[in-house]
Amino acid sequence: MATTTQEISIGDLPARAAAASSEGELKGDNMAINVGPSHPTTHGVLRLLMELDGDTITKCRPVIGYLHRGDEKIAENMTYNQFVPYTDRLDYLAPLANNVAYAMTVEKVAGLQVPERCEAIRVLCCELARISSHLLGVGVYGMDAGAWTVFMYTFTEREKLYTLFEELTGARFTTSYTRIGGVARDIPEGWLGRVNDFCNGVLPVLDQVEKLLTRNRIFLDRTEGIGVISRETALAYGLTGPNLRASGVDFDLRKDRPYLGYDRYDFDVPVGTTGDCYDRYLVRGEEIRQSVRIVRQIIETFPDGPVCAEEAKQIVAPQKSKVLSSMEELIQNFMITTEGPRIPAGEVYFEAENPKGALGFFLVSKGGGVPYRLKIRGPSFCSLSLLEELVPGHHMTDITCILGSLDFVMGECDR
Amino acid sequence: MATTKVMERKPLTMAEKTFIPQIASGLKTTFGNMLKKPVTLEYPDERPVIPNNYRGVPTLVKDPNGREKCVSCQLCEFVCPPKAIRITPGSIDADAEPDRAHVEKAPQEFDINMLRCIYCGYCQEVCPEEAIFLQDIFSVSGYSRDEMVNNKEKLYALGGTLPDAHLKWDKKKAAEERGNEAH
Repeated sequence: MATTTQEISIGDLPARAAAASSEGELKGDNMAINVGPSHPTTHGVLRLLMELDGDTITKCRPVIGYLHRGDEKIAENMTYNQFVPYTDRLDYLAPLANNVAYAMTVEKVAGLQVPERCEAIRVLCCELARISSHLLGVGVYGMDAGAWTVFMYTFTEREKLYTLFEELTGARFTTSYTRIGGVARDIPEGWLGRVNDFCNGVLPVLDQVEKLLTRNRIFLDRTEGIGVISRETALAYGLTGPNLRASGVDFDLRKDRPYLGYDRYDFDVPVGTTGDCYDRYLVRGEEIRQSVRIVRQIIETFPDGPVCAEEAKQIVAPQKSKVLSSMEELIQNFMITTEGPRIPAGEVYFEAENPKGALGFFLVSKGGGVPYRLKIRGPSFCSLSLLEELVPGHHMTDITCILGSLDFVMGECDR
Repeated sequence: MATTKVMERKPLTMAEKTFIPQIASGLKTTFGNMLKKPVTLEYPDERPVIPNNYRGVPTLVKDPNGREKCVSCQLCEFVCPPKAIRITPGSIDADAEPDRAHVEKAPQEFDINMLRCIYCGYCQEVCPEEAIFLQDIFSVSGYSRDEMVNNKEKLYALGGTLPDAHLKWDKKKAAEERGNEAH
């Protein structure tokens, strides 16, 4: 192939440098404040450059990219299954949901249908991940607003959930649970019973949290009417998930574009009325209850059968017992590990309703075991892009409430 | 079927605005929790219960006859997402194990860099000999970078023996004794 060269003009360098340096310059009596990149309020490595007039913020510029690891490029250099551990580290508060979204994207390119039991396990994983993420979201938000107790209660419940994840996947945090065409292992003995016990235990704790926060005047004073995101702004900035629904937009991918058989389950989609910080708290609290409802329905109708699409021999690795005893399966194991699952050429964009919003994967395959391109759409990135418009006009103390209510994760924003 | 639920909110009542009902019910909640049993562990003294199939430190295991299970096929080295495993294939000592020496290989060197390992368990999952096994050790520490690289001796010391469900060599021996009649 012939290579062509092209001269790129970068303009007048000294003029550009002068313009860039004067951009952050302060004019008048305003004060500059820098928050982060490592600060308890920012829940990760987010840096905020703000300009204050007295106590009122006049300008806010979020600086992101401190957690950039180049996941999209890494994906191009490894087989489909090898990338699953990297998806854990996107939204690291709900790794199971990321695993499921990624595996489903690749399966869509391959046109692979997973068995019923696998679907049920995946829905269960997604909903438990949602509960875990929202428990943290609500708890930390309470802490940001000055209610430390709430955080202790929700964290205790989240710990129980992590024990369940540990039993299921072998790790508390970095679950790496799904594989292309199935899941890594079946659910352990008696695990569903323990999930049910957890569901019974989490609802009274939620009641306690709501008793402490929902009608608490201090909490209301700090959150009501603060950080109002109008319906139009939310849509314009591409907000998704609870943040979008709090602004009154009735949109949930589980309801509007059902995947994994979500249309079989009964649940309510909570929608806010004004889109302020308090609405985002209300929506998250209710979503935990609805997730518990879904989990209970799954447990009632848990199907039997295989957990992997075993008939797809070029995509799914064979069972371990067969690898150890049969030559054909041994070769299949070697082929899938070294060459990767054979995915046909094609491209797919798939979004799943993750706890933080719609996590999307755009996958281009040119055939073979390695993706040609993988683009990740992180919902937290959209939530943070709004800060520049949302924050000015608020007081310095409102920053903690606004950031806490947006419930973002930098791992997913910077990826 | 999913339905939409609008989160209505009522304005605070006069009593709620005075903080008093909130303080009363809040204190009731917190004092109620104070009397409960603690949920925390006194960590270094008390250890959490680790479930089966936990993904801890990867180690090498031997079979009950003390043979090395690893045949240095290097599949784990290939699959390892962060490239933490490094294997140098070697041969089996013919004097010590004449049966096996010219049939299989064994690793001459086998290093797992615990500074790179992400405990994903892929090595155990793909191993066709069940030679690599993730233990229930979850906290490792060291004073230097070299110390954090587990070499072959250390991996076997940590791994020990894993009872073999598969019994490849016993089956072979039994077949030889039968004179391979069945085949």
